Formats: sequence, structure tokens, C-alpha cells
Amino acid sequence: MNSYQTLNNLVLENNVQIPEPESILTVKNLNVYVHQHHILKDINLTIPKNKITVLLGPSGCGKTTLLKCMNKLTDLHKELKVTGNIFIEGDDILHTQTYLPELRQKMGLLSQRPFPLPMSIYKNVAYGLKLKGIRDKKLIDYSVEKNLSEVGLWNEVKDRLHSPATSLSIGQQQRLCLARGLAVKPRIILADEPTSALDPISSKIIENLFKDLKKHYTIILVTHVLRQAVRIADHVVFMYNGEIIEQGSPNELFKNPKTQKLKEYLTDGN
Amino acid sequence: MNRRKIIEERLFKLLAGIATYSLIAILAFIILVIFVKGFNALTFDMIIKTPKGGFYYGGEGGVLNAIIGSLYIAFGATLIAAIIGIPAALYINVHLIKKKRTQNTIRFLLDALWGIPSIVYGAFGFTLMLFLGMNASLLAGIITVALLITPIMVRTFDEVLSTIPIGLHEATLALGSTKTEMALKVLFKQGFSGFITAILLAFGRGIGDAASVLFTAGYTDLIPVNLDEPAATLPLAIFFQLGSPIPEVRERAFASATILTFIILAISLGARFLSKQYSKSNLK
Repeated sequence: MNSYQTLNNLVLENNVQIPEPESILTVKNLNVYVHQHHILKDINLTIPKNKITVLLGPSGCGKTTLLKCMNKLTDLHKELKVTGNIFIEGDDILHTQTYLPELRQKMGLLSQRPFPLPMSIYKNVAYGLKLKGIRDKKLIDYSVEKNLSEVGLWNEVKDRLHSPATSLSIGQQQRLCLARGLAVKPRIILADEPTSALDPISSKIIENLFKDLKKHYTIILVTHVLRQAVRIADHVVFMYNGEIIEQGSPNELFKNPKTQKLKEYLTDGN
Repeated sequence: MNRRKIIEERLFKLLAGIATYSLIAILAFIILVIFVKGFNALTFDMIIKTPKGGFYYGGEGGVLNAIIGSLYIAFGATLIAAIIGIPAALYINVHLIKKKRTQNTIRFLLDALWGIPSIVYGAFGFTLMLFLGMNASLLAGIITVALLITPIMVRTFDEVLSTIPIGLHEATLALGSTKTEMALKVLFKQGFSGFITAILLAFGRGIGDAASVLFTAGYTDLIPVNLDEPAATLPLAIFFQLGSPIPEVRERAFASATILTFIILAISLGARFLSKQYSKSNLK
């Protein structure tokens, strides 16, 4: 049993939230229903800080829903009924009094395909800063350059910062979306199959970015691509049919799968 | 078998082509007939002069009163419709996004309002006018036409807003936007082409409608300078002149129709240009 599972059990037994320096986000007894369907079943999970946690599993197993619960985007879907707790830095976001837009800024989102805002490259990155009330042009300029450099896009776009974001290639757009998210200084990056629409080269760039970014951020990555999980995961959570089947370090999980379902997934996935 | 498919393909392409081009031909034919019939009367005087004595018997003057009146009413009504319609369309797509049933009910009711004949709006406007003790005036015309075109504005803009992918909502909210910021800074911009189409449809319907202004705006040979003065409109100018037994006056009806058509055409082109300029950076 690894430390995360131990922590989970502790949380379960004592029914309290334990301030654990290593963890940044804790999911407790999370259940999600759509009408009569129970799509997430008793999810208990602790996300380690400054690591890449991969939510792995076949399509339709509830990975994306779990990710969306984490910044309450489930609000956009009426049919979803969510119960349980999700603690981020001690604050239960499902029952919090904190102002939701502020809370969401703690988490950057990267979706399956890039959704650049309908404005220029520069304004895409500046958007979140302006929401925060930053008006200082120099500061915004600095942040735009810094964040675009961080995702390796600065040299490619520095001469056309005021062109529409949609003029970029889809791989560049995805990196722009990442830079846009980083500009608001989140703690966590929620990435929902961020490479599924990208070609192998762009995918690799994103994967390498994640490896660098984990120094400063915690990354939660949803994927069904086994190889991707093997390449970049520090902690793997295998989900199947709305349940967490197994979790642990990639070494443990991929070399010695304990459950039949993971064994099957590993065989079929390869 | 293959031969049959080839013939089928060609036949269908031909039929669909005929249907499409005949529509364009009909449009061209209408414009041509109006233009030809009104050509003789289409003088410069028509657009720079108000009716002089005996205008309706073939005397001197033009329809400047109706051109100005129509523009006043259409712009005024479009402005009111936009002030009500933009927030309404955004509200349906931002705050009601979780309430599908309410959303659908509102859309159904707006569609019903869209379908009500304009004479009914005219009658309603007239009743309202009497109730408020107003006379037939520019203001009454603007209010009645605004009632007529607001549902058109809301539904047209709403149709485009509803096609915006939920991913863009999510991305915007995830950056820490409030729903208002999302609506005004992102969705409005993304749906800008729909907004322009909405303005255009509403304006076109407003400037071209005769029945709703018949009782409410009245008719006058003068250019209105105040909201409480009656105002002439092009559709009614056409209506009155077309009913004349004098051929010269009937020609002027067609000339007025040509002017109306050109106003709508000019506004369409201008709006399309604007829409292109402002939606360059939109998500495709």
C-alpha cells in the first residue's frame, strides 16, 4: 500500500480532512449521477503536489467527469448530480463560500481540442490577467511574453501577437491555451486528453512541457493512451466504469497489475 | 447499376441546381420589374424633395418625407429591439443553459411572437396608443415596430449563440470569468456575425412593414422633427401611390419601391462588411 492509499484510508477512517503537505487536492466520497445512472462511484483520491497524476481508463469510464468536478464545470450540466467533497488547499469546492470565478483561477484547464478565445494571441493570454484587475500595460506585456515563452510559443508568434488566435495551427493553439491558463497563476493544471486532436510532434511538445511544468504546478491529466501514461505519469489512477480500480506509481501499476481489469487494459492497450 | 446511379446523380444535381438558380432569377426579376416600372419616375427630386401640392395627382415633389420617416422608425425600433434583444439572447444562452425546459419554452414563445401577423401588432400598438392618450406619431410607430422585430432579433442572435461549443464556455469560465464577463467579452464576440444578421433581419422587417405603422405612425407630407409628430413611411407611400388611378403616380410607387430596396441592400452590404471585419478572430 503506498502513501496516497494510506492517506486515503486515513481520511476515510477518521472522516476528517488531513492537511498533508504533499497533497494539493483531495476527493472524498464523490458520487455523480446522471438521471438514474451512477457514473462516478465513491471516488476517493489524493492528488500529490508537483507531480503528474494520470487518470487512465477507457472512454466513458468517467475520467472527464471527474476532472470537471474539480473546477465545478459540472455546473454547466443540469443533469449531473454531484455529492461528496473535493478539497483544494483545505477548501471544499463543492460546498464552498469562496467566489467561484476566483476558485477556478486556481486551476488551469486544457481541453480535448483547443478553444482559443475569439480575439488576438496577445489578448488571449492577457484575458485572465485583465479579469484579475491587472491594468498595468508593462506587467501584462511581461506576463504575455513570459507565459508564451514558457510554452515555447514566443519565438513563433512574437511578430504577430495581434493576429487572431485562430490563425495558429491547432498544436500552437493548444499551447496558447496552456499559456493562457498559466497566466492566471493556477496551482493545478487540469488537462482533458489535451493531445487527442494533435499530431505526434505537437503531442510530444505538450508532454515535454508538462514534464517541465510540474516543477511549479500540479498536473492532472486525463488520457486513454496507455503509452502517454507510461511516458509522463508520476502517479496513475486507473478507472473503469465510474470506479477507481487501482492507483499507484506507474512502475507498480504497469509491472504488477493487481486486478483483472487493469491486466486486460494493459494487454489490449498495447 | 452504376449507370443508374450516374443518371440519378446527374438528375438530382440538375433539379437542385434549377431550384437554386430559379430563386435567384425570381429575385432578379422582381427587382428588374420594380426598377423598369419605376425608372421614369426615379428622378433626383424623388429622394430630395417632400411632396408638394398636388403630388398625389402627378404634381411636383418626392418621397423624402417617407424615406426619412422609414429610416427614423427602422433605426429607432432596431435600437430598442437591440437594447432588449441582446441581453435576452445572452441570458437564454448563459444563465438558462442548465434549464433546458425554460429555454425551450422561451424559444417557442418567441417563435410564436415571430409568427404573429404585423397587422396584429399594429392593432395592439393602436390600442396601447389610445390607452396612453398618444396620437399617431413617430414614437408610437417606433414602439410598435420594436415589438414586431424584437422576437426576430432575439431568436436570430440566439440561434447563433446556441451553436457556440460548450468547450468555449468551459474554457472561459475556467479562466475565472463570471458569467457576465463570459457573455459580454467572449460569447458576444464569438456570436457577432449572428448579431449582425439579427440586426439586419430586424431592420429589414421593420423598414419594410406597412401594417404595423398604418395606424400608429400615421402619414404626413412633412419630415417629423419630434417624436410626437406623425411620420410617413416608404411602405405606406408605395401603398397610397399604387392605389392611384393616375399612371404617373403609380410609376412613383415603383420608384419608391426601388428606393426602399436599395436602402435595404446598402444596409445589408454595410453590415456584412462590418461582420467580416469583427469576426476575423472567431473560433471556426
